Amino acid sequence: MSDVTHGLDLAVRQRAPIALDAALECAPGELTALVGPSGSGKTTLLRVIAGLDRPQQGHVRCAGHTWLDAREGIDLSPQRRRVGLVFQSYALFPHLSALDNVAVALSHLPPGQRGERARALLEQVHLSGLEGRLPDELSGGQQQRVAVARALARDPAVLLLDEPFSAVDQVTRGKLQRELARLRERLKIPVILVTHDLD
Amino acid sequence: MDWEALSLSLRLGAWTTVILIPSGILLARVLAWGRFPGRGAVEALVALPLVLPPTVLGYYLLAAFGGGSAFGRGYQALFGSPLAFSFEGLLLASLVFNLPFAIQPMQRAFAGIAPELREAAWCSGLSRWQAFRRVELPLAFPGVLSAAVLTFAHTLGEFGVVLMVGGNLPGQTKTIAIAIYDRVQAFDDAGAALMSATLVLISFAAIVAIHGLTGRRDRVRV
Repeated sequence: MSDVTHGLDLAVRQRAPIALDAALECAPGELTALVGPSGSGKTTLLRVIAGLDRPQQGHVRCAGHTWLDAREGIDLSPQRRRVGLVFQSYALFPHLSALDNVAVALSHLPPGQRGERARALLEQVHLSGLEGRLPDELSGGQQQRVAVARALARDPAVLLLDEPFSAVDQVTRGKLQRELARLRERLKIPVILVTHDLD
Repeated sequence: MDWEALSLSLRLGAWTTVILIPSGILLARVLAWGRFPGRGAVEALVALPLVLPPTVLGYYLLAAFGGGSAFGRGYQALFGSPLAFSFEGLLLASLVFNLPFAIQPMQRAFAGIAPELREAAWCSGLSRWQAFRRVELPLAFPGVLSAAVLTFAHTLGEFGVVLMVGGNLPGQTKTIAIAIYDRVQAFDDAGAALMSATLVLISFAAIVAIHGLTGRRDRVRV
């Protein structure tokens, strides 16, 4: 049964730059996969939820808060939406260590607690011992896990994953799928992922 | 060796760099990422000093600084002295003729930063200013450094515009490049050679500094 008041409720419609007409609901602990060919607007939908793109019409509500309501003129900035977004390219900050990549997203905590919390988040994604590495010194799978840890750092109300399986090999993909399943059970937030195939 | 001219050139280079780089960062960032009407025209204006003969640029600046223009008259009314043939006028001219040397390396540096990195910073809760300070600026830093060194070194070497706008007033507008010309005109080959060698050394050191500093940062980033 959907618990939409605490989950994500979204309806968007626009004609340009990418034609979109979509509505979805995702309850806490639920995982919704957006599947479709490239160019069908899946990533745009994630960007709309994150506040990086603004549709002409529609609304985005999450955890009881309205993030976007085109009719009411409400459009919160990405900073004011509690969103964890894992980019397809991971978008890790190349000049910062794995630890600092995560700590950067912990500005809501007092500075003294950020290092400890960032370490705990990296431990959750099985990256203990690699805190000091720069993104270029990590494998693709490890980079992705840093990106997941960074996305979780803000204590997000929704977790968004853009093509999480596209750039990893078969073994890593299997591991990632199992980790996502565990994460979904533990986090109790809606998880939306975009993929172009369901394998 | 004309120490007064060298000191004036160093002062002019330092002021030009200190004023142009921080304000140029904003313009470079807008040109790298902004999509607005007239962007091409602004880019062309910034690049213009690269292709204009220094005398042409100097002529227009001199006309703008003189009593015949509203700008020149306004400056004189405000500060009580004319801009033309003064250090302040020279500094203003220096800011104009250094525009491409300051803006273009920084624009390329900002354009090289993937837009997702900024967006990832925003989604991580960083304000636009924090994203600029913690993500954009460190990544664009090699470009900012190149721009600063190029601006400083180019200011020391500029001749045509300086001569047109500043003339040749010792302690006021006589830079080291003008002093070298002066020495050659006076058949003082030894003096000209010493000052030329000094400029070569400073320029060489500047280029080595750019390579050393940006190279070291690149290695850190790899």
